[in-house]
Amino acid sequence: MKRVLTYLGLAGVIVFCLAPFYWMVVSAFRRPKDQFDSTPWPSPWSTENLRAVFDPDNMFVRALLNSLFVAGMTTLLTLTIAVFTAYTLARLDFRFKNAVLGLVVATSMFPGISQVVPLLKLFIDIDWINTYQAMIVPSLGFALPLAVWNLTVFFRQLPFELEQAAMTDGCSRGQAFRKIIIPLAAPGVFTTAILVFFMAWNEFIIAFSMVNEKSMQTATVAIAKFTGMRGFDQPFGTQMAAAVVVTVPLVVVVLIFQRRIVSGLTAGGVK
Amino acid sequence: MAIPIPPVNTPAKPARKGQDAKSTRRFALLLLSPTFLVLALVVGYPVLAGIRQSLYAQAEGLDADGFVIEGERFVGLENYTALFTGERGSAFWNAFFNTTFFTATAVVLETIIGVILALIMHQALRGRGLVRASILVPWAVPTAMSGLLWRWIFQPDGVANAILNQEILWTADGWQSKLAVIIAEVWKTSPFIGLLALAGLQMIPQDVYEAAKVDGASPWQQFRRITLPLIKPALAVAVLFRMLDTLRMFDLPFVLIGGNKDSVETLSMLAWDEANNLRYGVATAYATILFLYIALLAYAFIKIAGADVIGEARARKASVKKGAAA
Repeated sequence: MKRVLTYLGLAGVIVFCLAPFYWMVVSAFRRPKDQFDSTPWPSPWSTENLRAVFDPDNMFVRALLNSLFVAGMTTLLTLTIAVFTAYTLARLDFRFKNAVLGLVVATSMFPGISQVVPLLKLFIDIDWINTYQAMIVPSLGFALPLAVWNLTVFFRQLPFELEQAAMTDGCSRGQAFRKIIIPLAAPGVFTTAILVFFMAWNEFIIAFSMVNEKSMQTATVAIAKFTGMRGFDQPFGTQMAAAVVVTVPLVVVVLIFQRRIVSGLTAGGVK
Repeated sequence: MAIPIPPVNTPAKPARKGQDAKSTRRFALLLLSPTFLVLALVVGYPVLAGIRQSLYAQAEGLDADGFVIEGERFVGLENYTALFTGERGSAFWNAFFNTTFFTATAVVLETIIGVILALIMHQALRGRGLVRASILVPWAVPTAMSGLLWRWIFQPDGVANAILNQEILWTADGWQSKLAVIIAEVWKTSPFIGLLALAGLQMIPQDVYEAAKVDGASPWQQFRRITLPLIKPALAVAVLFRMLDTLRMFDLPFVLIGGNKDSVETLSMLAWDEANNLRYGVATAYATILFLYIALLAYAFIKIAGADVIGEARARKASVKKGAAA
């Protein structure tokens, strides 16, 4: 009896999590004229919506590349800076260490809007509107605290005795860091990179505010702004198909790296 | 970034203790400075610039000679005092109420559903991998995309009305739009709380429950007296982060319902709208108030719930071990 209840509960969890996502996929593969059908699967299947997504008018390929570049650069820059900070916080002993960590974490509670408005004004003045840097630089504000925090937790768990041993054997601190710590820390760095990339890929308010030229839009903004072919109808079929294109790679990455991601999330506690 | 690397094979000099601490401190400062620099530029500067900006207003009207006045003029706290009167005031308090209401209801629901998800997952002997994979899906869907997805579901002739056999105009305005936002928000984020609660559950040794059973504790008592207190630290941090995130909510209501809708306009959306109309002074005043409100609530929550946010990174041994969730 208890087993049955547990399995029912599990089925409930799966339905709760996947049903809306399933609906997105199903809607994407309907024919546009079947759009408002509510059959549980498309009949017949159609890739018409998918082809509409890649209509040259939408510049969707460009938007995907923009997203990839912005999220990739944000991740790269964030990790490069955060690795050194996290190593310092996890490894070295100095005064105000916890205060520094607290300060970095506190910046993550900062609402995006109070960053966006002054930066928007600044970027208009220095002609940064419609540039990649206008999206990448502000993104560091939320990505860096997350990365520092996650990496610090990961680095704490590393066997630093090995580093001591290497230094006793004549390695300098820098060498010990490069040859012992970096290879051991790679999994944690990788997990953090996935989380940062996700956040940067999903970012909306910055990309939405700093760019008004179609060719510079990121994918999430571009999809939200898709317009219908005729009249004021919101082209939901096309939008669902585009959402599938943006989301499915993320879901695949999540499924492949689920253990890492879960450990990263629970270590960091930051979305 | 370069770390000074001395030549190889230099025999370590026996350094005095004070000197050692000093060099460590300098090394630490060197390694920390890029993060400080970046955060000061992309977070510190906007805060200060925003506070300054909130004391100015866009100049309006004509001067004595009949020319249009351009630029900005200093108005002191006028952008703030204006919140207590007139149309601007009612828009602000409406957004303030919406922000608070969304945060309170969504976070409470997320926490309850998240804990239930975690309890179910914890019971499962088989199929845990599958459940954990599916629970990560809502988390992986970008917020703007989930806004669109739910907008589609909540269309007048969409699937929500088909299932409920109703004709509710979910995305128009009014209470149903609030409900739509809350449903979408809870769907997307309760898995996150579920994962953190599960990590907490897996830390609890089984023999505690055995002992409770021997003493005749009912399942509810076990949950109240053992499970809840023991997962509270993990849960408190998760709830805090969800709270901070919901308070600054922007993209979900913006995509799901749209801008300029009274029923779902949050403070972030209102500030964004003002900035979009080039009223930077008002926009930054709203953003500053939101920032202070968030800081106040975070402080209160940490004091009341005792959420030790940096505890895990501060402690030598992490309390939630890496392997716990695996």
